[in-house]
Amino acid sequence: MSIQIWTWILVGITFSLYIGIAIWSRAGSTKEFYVAGGGVSPLANGLATAADWMSAASFISMAGIISFEGYDGSVYLMGWTGGYVLLALLLAPYLRKFGKFTVPDFIGDRYYSNTARSVAVFCALLVSFTYVAGQMQGVGIVFSRFLEVDITTGVIIGMVIVLFYAVLGGMKGITYTQVAQYCVLIFAFMVPAIFISIQMTGHSIPQLGFGSADDNGIFLLDKLDGLHKDLGFSAYTSGSKSTLDVFCITAALMVGTAGLPHVIVRFFTVKKVADARKSAGWALLFIAILYTTAPAIAVFARTNLIETVSNKKYADMPEWFKKWETTGLITFTDKNQDQVIQYVANKELNELEVNRDIMVLANPEIAGLPNWVIALVAAGGLAAALSTAAGLLLVISSSVAHDLIKRMINPKISEKGELIAARASAVVAVCIAGYFGINPPGFVAAVVALAFGLAAASFFPAIVLGIFYKKMNKQGAISGMIVGILLMLFYMTKFKFGWWFGGTKEDWWFGISPEGFGSIAMMANFIVSIIVSKFTPDPPKEVQEIVENIRIPSGAGAAQNH
Amino acid sequence: MSYLKKEMKDYWKHNLKYLIILLIVWFAVSFGAGILFVNQLNEIKIGGFKLGFWFAQQGAIYVFVILIFVYIRLMNKLDKKYGFNEDDNL
Repeated sequence: MSIQIWTWILVGITFSLYIGIAIWSRAGSTKEFYVAGGGVSPLANGLATAADWMSAASFISMAGIISFEGYDGSVYLMGWTGGYVLLALLLAPYLRKFGKFTVPDFIGDRYYSNTARSVAVFCALLVSFTYVAGQMQGVGIVFSRFLEVDITTGVIIGMVIVLFYAVLGGMKGITYTQVAQYCVLIFAFMVPAIFISIQMTGHSIPQLGFGSADDNGIFLLDKLDGLHKDLGFSAYTSGSKSTLDVFCITAALMVGTAGLPHVIVRFFTVKKVADARKSAGWALLFIAILYTTAPAIAVFARTNLIETVSNKKYADMPEWFKKWETTGLITFTDKNQDQVIQYVANKELNELEVNRDIMVLANPEIAGLPNWVIALVAAGGLAAALSTAAGLLLVISSSVAHDLIKRMINPKISEKGELIAARASAVVAVCIAGYFGINPPGFVAAVVALAFGLAAASFFPAIVLGIFYKKMNKQGAISGMIVGILLMLFYMTKFKFGWWFGGTKEDWWFGISPEGFGSIAMMANFIVSIIVSKFTPDPPKEVQEIVENIRIPSGAGAAQNH
Repeated sequence: MSYLKKEMKDYWKHNLKYLIILLIVWFAVSFGAGILFVNQLNEIKIGGFKLGFWFAQQGAIYVFVILIFVYIRLMNKLDKKYGFNEDDNL
């Protein structure tokens, strides 16, 4: 059977599965809509969190980025997993004990202020919208490349599916579809990885395979370092970014991960505090399976690519090369007219441009794997994009229906009215996300990095101080969040968009890239919060009691939950 | 009430001690072994892996997973010791 037929079959089966789950798990109350009724088991929540977290970027782009950056790509591996340690130890259990529906709920109540709540709602919406546009675009790309429909049709199919289960099922529907989506995406990621690992090293475990030797007894990583050296690239295992920048980017990604509202809100769905801890453990375990495999794929794909193309005749290129050339993701310009591909670091002499997404999307073809495996990658990419999109849409709809309408504009709204508002805002959010998916603004890639920086610079310090520093008051938290966000926005727009007189790499403060600046903005937030709180009145007694209360899993606080 | 207050304080102190120890390990394997001392560790080779590179792309992640499960165990014990564990039927 052809790749296309296989793809239609696999995508068809997985999509009907998601719809089936949505019909079975409809939400009947706001509690079910926002937090799945609060009765999700830790294991299921771990699976759902893993799917929620791993987006189109993790599935499609990450291995490719590492493949091209080598050691420098480690920032994503450590950054996007290390954040879960912070989440499990510093945030999840306490927020679960607090027992509300959203992150702005916590900020608004802990800092006894609707101003704080509004700032939090603004950040949550900004972060989620930028993120969701990227997911929709991912859906469109997978559809257009594997099924040869145009991007618009692809995005619309994706929108209808997400709309169906997010609007109908709310958090409850999303949770159980995410469990299914995790299974689909991890299977789709692992099968090609294992195949290729066996092909190249004889190891069936990719994590071990990329540290072992090939048939000639040469270690794969040594071979790759050698190939890089010959072509003028910096050694694969050492990288070229400054240590300080690597440090800051890793820190910003870790803290940003821990501060992303769509991840935090997943921990509101379990029954008790101990379950919140446990599901953070499960989530990271499930994420680690993909994240430890990705660097192995990166090495296999990089070695395969260089060996296939470097100094080979253009006419002898395999079929996949031609196929991806037509999509424009591989381009060959024969600068010296010798019909041979020169793939080197020197930009003047280099003749080959390879888009990094290919490393995952075309990897099975490059390795000559069967058609059903290639089709599986499409289904996996869609699962990754849809699951993240759904989680983000829920944050958007709960921010509007719960934080804005119920808590600020019209507190008297009925349960039924709030549920209608939540569904309506989910519909509007899907349409906006779809629009940006079809007409992607040029700044999406820049803005996704901004989302992490913003989460790091705004939410993380406010929540951590709210739990660990009883005397933190509203003046401190609000000024900290505002300083953090503004500083981050300023640095990002200056160096990414060229506002405020712009600037180049040489002008970066202390050589820190905009991606890493979130950690500096976060420090600024912490410092400003603490200084301001020292000069302003302590928070009221009731608030200090709330803080003492959330530090204890049960006992004194049990009554408060009901 | 004051008895409960003291219990809560002790519990919190214990919790903070665990957090500090676990976060030191968290920092050491990622920012330490994977970034600050990566070049020194790269001198050591285990199989095909330079050790610093391995920490940055594999080791740190494994340790993160272990850290969370250790934390879960420690906290469950602590909850029980102070009687703060919640009933399943709550």
